[in-house]
Amino acid sequence: MSDQGEFYQRDRDWHPPALAPAYKTSVTRSPRLPLISLENTASEITGPTFGHGDIDAGDNDLLTNFAKPGESPIGERIILHGRVLDENARPVPGTLVEIWQANASGRYRHKKDGYLGALDPNFGGCGRVLTDDEGRYSFRTVKPGAYPWRNRVNDWRPAHIHVSVFGTAFAQRLITQLYFEGDPLIPRCPIVQSIADPQAVEMLIARLDMNATIPLDTIAYRFDIVLRGRRSTMFENRPEGN
Amino acid sequence: MMRPFEYLKETPSQTAGPYVHIGLAPGAAGFDIYERELGWDIAGPNAGGERIRVEGVVTDGTGAPVKDVLLEAWQANADGIYAHPEHPGEVEDGFRGWGRVITDFETGTWGFDTVKPGPVPGRNGRLMAPHINLWIVARGINVGLNTRLYFEDEAEANAADPVLNLIEWEHRRQTLIARRSERGGAVTYRFDICLQGDGETVFFDI
Repeated sequence: MSDQGEFYQRDRDWHPPALAPAYKTSVTRSPRLPLISLENTASEITGPTFGHGDIDAGDNDLLTNFAKPGESPIGERIILHGRVLDENARPVPGTLVEIWQANASGRYRHKKDGYLGALDPNFGGCGRVLTDDEGRYSFRTVKPGAYPWRNRVNDWRPAHIHVSVFGTAFAQRLITQLYFEGDPLIPRCPIVQSIADPQAVEMLIARLDMNATIPLDTIAYRFDIVLRGRRSTMFENRPEGN
Repeated sequence: MMRPFEYLKETPSQTAGPYVHIGLAPGAAGFDIYERELGWDIAGPNAGGERIRVEGVVTDGTGAPVKDVLLEAWQANADGIYAHPEHPGEVEDGFRGWGRVITDFETGTWGFDTVKPGPVPGRNGRLMAPHINLWIVARGINVGLNTRLYFEDEAEANAADPVLNLIEWEHRRQTLIARRSERGGAVTYRFDICLQGDGETVFFDI
């Protein structure tokens, strides 16, 4: 029997705190009372499952999933790929990974985004895929542009892609953002820098992966995702009851 | 030879931001892209039990509605079974028990239709009162917030619920109780969530 026990406690010092004053919106949206710590029950160790009937094969190709036939979005063509693992370094197969992003000029296809950067008629900006048996996923997309946002008067988000992952349990549910190696805006961004530990920030930086590029076609970045891991049940009370 | 354990650290969370709809509910962002958006049908057509609607508003520390919030719900069926391979028992065909909702951009009201879940065995076989697990993300929320919705008309089960009883401040348990109303035979539970300040909702570190 392996990995059927409780999840390792989430390291709240590794994640950003709820209140990160330089990210102004967090000031009024952060609970001030302590979280109540809950030992895992069936409600936390279960979670939604998804299958190939839920999505379509082309949903992970942002170069084509919104483009007119024969046309392409403008921007640097990239492959974004990696693995979803747990804290025990084991792959998480068959889990849903969803992404969303701005286009190459830093504009989101969203009715609430009014940035000057132009919409791209051939770019929607979202994709989704299930990890394979070894926890691998991949997308094709364009590298998103940096854009200004209302925080301090001259704040710019580094190029980033939003990532949502499920795992096998509601306790593993995670949304994060990935950044790109070498971006000078990373150390200036109050959202990134809400994370105190520089090693934790490093985990959010996708690395150039020359081995995964397609010569004369598409450059590649690698981004591995780690979800919470579980204790073995060798000496455990079973959270779902005996 | 002993190999050292190789533990990894969890990927740190970042806010879902104001444009979460593009990825998770693109229809609401203003464009059609997927054949099937996920999470709009929690219970499916075959689920037994009482059909209910859950509605609410999420407010911030100033009392203003949070209009760019996204919530996910995770619940058992009316027999107290989760649609998950580790949970013993079968659920009805089409019952997923998971849903995803966003707010009305003008008012901040969110709502979903489902069935009322049954009690679920908790730790050491102690029964948990019927509840829906909620996960809340938005711009300004750096790590998704976990809470639970319990039902007003389950007073006896709520009083015995091991999770509600963990909350030392008894008056704060009320923040997790949804209020029942009936209009023309339709049952609605009202569940407002307060992120901060007076009446702050209880959030859990699960």
